[in-house]
Amino acid sequence: MRNTLYIVPVHHPRLENLELLKQALSEVFSLHVEFLNLELDIEAVFNIRRHQYHSTEILAYLLDRMPDDTERILAVTDLDLYIPILTFVFGEAQLRGRAAVVSCHRLKNEFYGIPADNDILMDRLIKEAVHELGHTYGLIHCTNYACVMHASTYVEEIDIKDYHFCPACQALLAGTEPRQP
Amino acid sequence: MDTSDVNILIVDDEESVRSSLYKWFIEDGYTVDTAADAKEALQKLEKQPWDIILLDIKMPGMNGLELQERIRDIDPTIVIIMITAYASVDTAVQALKAGAFDYVTKPFDPDDLEHLIRNAIEKRKLTRENLQLKQKISQLSPEETIIAESPQMKHVLELVDTVAQTDSTVLIHGESGTGKEVIARTIHNRSRRRLFPMIAVNCGALPESLLESELFGHEKGAFTGAQYRRKGKIELADGGTLFLDEIGDISPKTQLDLLRVLETKQFTRLGGNQIIRSDFRLICATNKNLEEEVRKGNFREDLFYRINVFFILIPPLRERREDIPALAHFFVQKYSRAMNKPIHDISPEAMKRLMEHNWPGNVRELENAIERAMVIGKPPVIQPQDLPFAQVLPFDPATMDSDSLEAIEKAHISAVLARTHWNIKRSAEILDIDRVTLYNKIKKYNLQKP
Repeated sequence: MRNTLYIVPVHHPRLENLELLKQALSEVFSLHVEFLNLELDIEAVFNIRRHQYHSTEILAYLLDRMPDDTERILAVTDLDLYIPILTFVFGEAQLRGRAAVVSCHRLKNEFYGIPADNDILMDRLIKEAVHELGHTYGLIHCTNYACVMHASTYVEEIDIKDYHFCPACQALLAGTEPRQP
Repeated sequence: MDTSDVNILIVDDEESVRSSLYKWFIEDGYTVDTAADAKEALQKLEKQPWDIILLDIKMPGMNGLELQERIRDIDPTIVIIMITAYASVDTAVQALKAGAFDYVTKPFDPDDLEHLIRNAIEKRKLTRENLQLKQKISQLSPEETIIAESPQMKHVLELVDTVAQTDSTVLIHGESGTGKEVIARTIHNRSRRRLFPMIAVNCGALPESLLESELFGHEKGAFTGAQYRRKGKIELADGGTLFLDEIGDISPKTQLDLLRVLETKQFTRLGGNQIIRSDFRLICATNKNLEEEVRKGNFREDLFYRINVFFILIPPLRERREDIPALAHFFVQKYSRAMNKPIHDISPEAMKRLMEHNWPGNVRELENAIERAMVIGKPPVIQPQDLPFAQVLPFDPATMDSDSLEAIEKAHISAVLARTHWNIKRSAEILDIDRVTLYNKIKKYNLQKP
């Protein structure tokens, strides 16, 4: 039975944050959440010219190796992610699929030359993880600036939005495939 | 605008570019498709309309620049965004010159892409709105059309074409309702001044003081009630055309002021001393015989010669009856569209009535008659009873009180006068008597013009 949301740490140095993430995702999606260690060879997804990691290839890797009871699988990484056409991405997900990936790399204050703040990082990480998982349930970007599905192309936009779905997105989410609690 | 209403086509030979852009736009809710080359793109362009096309410049076969030209031929309103690598920025500039909306350099910053698409949608929306408004305006006020079936009107059009390209002053003479302003506007629209306004002033409709203020403008406090400075029509016509209708009605003082402006192209506003220059082309119109008015001393001779540089005479409608069917049909189509009423023709009987009518109000009267007939008439054709002028039947001797020759003559003359709307010349022609005789008979039988 597919009933577990797996969180896969990939090159993630701060494991304590993942506990908080696990708790938050469990509340938002009412799912059983587990950690899963997969030996992802990050060199295989590294682009030497861009010095970045191809997020789509990470998704393919997850889909290849996910356990049978996987409801959704989410990689959380510290790597700087990209897709070929964009300079970077905060994360990527399969629309109406099962795999997603989020990166902390550009969610950290340090990336922008300001002092580190783990609370802010956690807040952003939860929002982006919920956002990407929302895509896996078929949700597209929402025009409501406070909704977690609102598109964010810079961190300040992530800070503005909530980590909950707006009523319209929540209703769409409720209409998706049945999930086991 | 709902993003799903926006159709985006991505044309790029690189699969990774197509797929990642496709995914990006799908997540934003757009309707998206991709094409790997120009051929596939053209096929997709034939199948459905597109709002925005992201187009890679470097592709095998037909490149992005060539494809851009083809897209422009198919639908010039599509917003094209060129995709380029750093090395081909020059080509992107070339694309912009050829009409592309913008270009993006691979890889894009997500925020830049989002803004670019938002701007492209806004542009597309404005282009569409602009087109819709233009269509609406052209439906509401179709371009002035001059119907010229008669040799007289064909000659008028030749004169219009001849004078339009010059900067000469034009004097248009014609009865009320013959379309003097339409001719003036046609001259303006066909002249090099068409991008500037044509300012029309009806000189006959305003008293002297108001007309002066209207023409020359006034400074604040120039007269009681002049609380603000106001530009005159002459000033507003700078670069364009000044159309003075009913020029024969202006007062001697205004005639003198106007003459000065025409000689120097300079004037001052009422109550002001600042010299204002205005470069305008003058077209005047009148229904009076200005030569006659000059002879009577009502119109300045020097002003007459100044405005009578190129003379156009528009004959009255009754003298060019060949134009009536075409004009009538033109107005039927015009009001059929405006009223959304399926009347598209005129019955032969109604047309006969139109041809017989004397049209003292000329084309304007004809237009009003058709408009009224379109309102009260029933589809699919206009019938005689739909026309506004009363049917004038030949008198019936059986209904007459007396069988005397005089009674019959009186009734017959009355009927003919009614039919011609008391046009003495035409009635005399129909009765085959001279005008003096007709006047005498009107007096004898004590006939009264209604």
